[in-house]
Amino acid sequence: MLTSKEKEQIIRSSGADVTKCMRCGKCSGACPSYDEMEYHPHQFVYFVEKDQIEKLLNSPSIYKCLGCSVCSERCPRDVGPSKIVEAVLAMAVRRQDENHLKAENIPGMVEDDTPGQLLVSAFRKYKK
Amino acid sequence: MSMNEFKPKIVAFCCNWCSYAGADLAGTNRLNYPADVKIIRVPCSCRVNPMFILRAFQRGADGVILCGCHPGDCHYTTGNYYARRRMTMLFSMLDYLGIEKERTRVEWVSAAEGAKFAAVMNDFVKTVTELGENKRLEDLRCKK
Amino acid sequence: MQKIGVFVCHCGTNIAGTVDVKAVAEALGKEPGVVFSTEYQYMCSEAGQNLIKDAIKNYGLTGIVVCSCSPRMHEATFRKTAAAAGLNSYMVEIANIREQCSWIHKDVKVATEKAIVLGRTAIAKVALNTPLTASETPVVKRALVIGGGIAGIQTALDIADAGYEVDLVEKEPTIGGKMAQIDKTFPTLDCAACILTPKMVDCAQNEKIHIYAYSEVESVKGFVGNFNVTIKKKARFVDETKCTGCGICTEKCPMKKTPNLFNLGLDNRSAIYIPFAQAIPKIATIDADYCNMLKNGKCGVCSKVCAAGAIDYKQQDQYIEQQYGAIVVATGFNPIKLDNYSEFAYNESPDVVTSLELERLMNAAGPNGGTLLRPSDKTHPHTIVFVQCVGSRDTTDCGKPYCSKICCMYTAKHAMLIRDKYPDTEVYVFYMDVRTPGKNFDEFYRRAVEDYGVHYIKGMVGKVMPQPDGKLLVRGSDLLTDEQLKIEADMVVLAAAIEPDKTARPLATMLTASMDTNDFFTEAHPKLRPVESPTAGIFLSGVCQGPKDIPETVAQASAAAAKVIGLLAKPALKSNPCTAHSDENLCNGCSSCERVCPYGAISYVDKEFRMPDRTTKVRRVASVNPAVCQGCGACTVACPSGAMDLSGFSNKQIMAEVDAICR
Repeated sequence: MLTSKEKEQIIRSSGADVTKCMRCGKCSGACPSYDEMEYHPHQFVYFVEKDQIEKLLNSPSIYKCLGCSVCSERCPRDVGPSKIVEAVLAMAVRRQDENHLKAENIPGMVEDDTPGQLLVSAFRKYKK
Repeated sequence: MSMNEFKPKIVAFCCNWCSYAGADLAGTNRLNYPADVKIIRVPCSCRVNPMFILRAFQRGADGVILCGCHPGDCHYTTGNYYARRRMTMLFSMLDYLGIEKERTRVEWVSAAEGAKFAAVMNDFVKTVTELGENKRLEDLRCKK
Repeated sequence: MQKIGVFVCHCGTNIAGTVDVKAVAEALGKEPGVVFSTEYQYMCSEAGQNLIKDAIKNYGLTGIVVCSCSPRMHEATFRKTAAAAGLNSYMVEIANIREQCSWIHKDVKVATEKAIVLGRTAIAKVALNTPLTASETPVVKRALVIGGGIAGIQTALDIADAGYEVDLVEKEPTIGGKMAQIDKTFPTLDCAACILTPKMVDCAQNEKIHIYAYSEVESVKGFVGNFNVTIKKKARFVDETKCTGCGICTEKCPMKKTPNLFNLGLDNRSAIYIPFAQAIPKIATIDADYCNMLKNGKCGVCSKVCAAGAIDYKQQDQYIEQQYGAIVVATGFNPIKLDNYSEFAYNESPDVVTSLELERLMNAAGPNGGTLLRPSDKTHPHTIVFVQCVGSRDTTDCGKPYCSKICCMYTAKHAMLIRDKYPDTEVYVFYMDVRTPGKNFDEFYRRAVEDYGVHYIKGMVGKVMPQPDGKLLVRGSDLLTDEQLKIEADMVVLAAAIEPDKTARPLATMLTASMDTNDFFTEAHPKLRPVESPTAGIFLSGVCQGPKDIPETVAQASAAAAKVIGLLAKPALKSNPCTAHSDENLCNGCSSCERVCPYGAISYVDKEFRMPDRTTKVRRVASVNPAVCQGCGACTVACPSGAMDLSGFSNKQIMAEVDAICR
């Protein structure tokens, strides 16, 4: 089976080895944003492995991920689903031709009561 | 001879109980490493006389590696400790003589570490290939 | 001049697939000293061996080189072949062109070239081989079994049955091991104690078996047939010969708040204790960490109530030295610590338990007398969630990369037992895969689902959250419905991975037996010699070699016993003739070799030498005892005058190998 350019790029930019996944589902069992998402962390891993990246790119799920990385933290095989979600998100953003969020613009957009973790995860997501 | 064509001659001494078995395991698992490595089986790493290593360099070897059981796991209880001390002395002397210390190495590979054996050999061959041919100790009379 | 024969094996396509065997045979035929060179499909087959035998006879060969698989595989085979044809079996060398050539190289040209070099290296070595004869050493007719669980018990019973003396060393105060803690066994659901305790009694009553309970192996010296072992008998502070096991001391002891380790700390016991009612030997032991008398000299109640006068607060550790012909390792396992898995709240809530703790909670002799109650408030649990693979198949630093093998089955057992006894309790099992290979195993698991209505959920628990009302909120994924489940559970049971006992690693070092990266002992051959360690005379029994259930453990224990009996039945052992020897004319008596010898095989003798001027002179020279020498070769390198050499791996031979490789 030929690997698509998208899959290669996702694997390269995320650094995740999807073949290590043994489909235990612990990532999805831990995900706090599960009910908000159309596709769930384990499906991100599986779809990348099965080269169905378009599905993920077009799903609102990539914007629902909180970036908390609990899925990667719990993963017993060190696959890191959150890294894949980030990579897919970055690819979607790149396709829209420009970054929607620039690091230097963020301070102006932050409200005083914004939690610090949100900022960190926003940086991680959008500062590509 | 260009760098691409250069194929180093590498002698690997492996102890019978751990490293030779590790090399076998690398084979059983079909883990690749360059054919430049030729293994000599010795009962224990402490059987390796510094003379053998000098002889190898004299006969034109480009690198020599000694593999034994992990410290504390020697089949003969203490052999690898002797080997470690002897090789530390020898390698520092060889370095003084102009045999770069990258050409000589001691590695501990257990019988279960086939992957480590292959990785060590790949790395060692790469290092020696980058250093190029060993000319310092080679006895030209040995050349055909 | 040597007449050498070269035999190149195809090993089907294993070698011939990447090595041009014809070219190898042809090239090696031209090497000096080679008078015959051929190739054949399977050299180790009978036809292949006959080919070698015929060639030895027809060409009068003085040495042979077989280019084939690793010498660790078939060196012994070809040595026997040579001996059958009248050639000394040590005139055989193997060139390893399978594991170290054809299997690792893909390019035919490269692999063929390397095979030729390996072949000529072996030829260079065999040309310098000398015929060697193995000497014989006697076998001590006594075996040591380390570990008194079901594995050690079965091995000891079987060895004793054959009429040999066995010593069984157990670090705990009683034998029985993990099986004694288990309630019921799968797949037959018979009670573990009912089938284990009779075996423990057999052990105690068998006059060939000597149990060293509460003891540990302190040091091991020697070699196969003749191990010299020191056993440390830890102080129990109770005289074993006097104690009758009546148990009055345990009732009267005022220190009742000592954690009961047999019940995994789920309840308390007294500081002087007998682990459980059927303990063997049934002798009290004082826990020195909790006994008031031993800590600050104030109490002495047990001593006063003991009618037998067995209490001895001044007892010291004892050391016993004993000779053995064979040693069996049966050190067993422990569940891993779950400190790294904070998501399961094991350290936060007493109602999150491991499966072994559940065994004790359900055991009639356990803390609740066999009624399953929540540890926190002693109420009946109505919803129980089982989590499988906690720490198993986990390649991160927290867990173990292997499958612990027994968890799927014991979880099915627990689920079934709970549903049977408490039908109002809902049982959920989160699984990654259900692995049930074994006789009647899958049927057993299906019964749990079909007959007992256990809810099996394909997925994994991501988080367990203790709630203020004492419930446990379990969040996990159901991969098949693609839902995230939230279950309000009363108890959560974690199937913790198992790992080798911590005492195994230092023991392996003492025995010079090898271990894998997970601290399981390695076997001599994964398929064909599964109960032997690569170190001669060391045998493996039970989980110390890899995860296994009780039937497999018992099978392996008996297999190890059979191997031990086979060894002890021999009148004498052929020892390795590749030993060191000293050239007395070169030896200057400096003692360097004596100092490095790990076996004390070298001694010094005063010997008369005739000098050139016809006088005699007495000189001190090294002398190697070949029965003790194991052939490591440390002395050969330590010798400053080059007098010491090693048969089979002589200086000249290794030099010749080096030359052949570098040629």
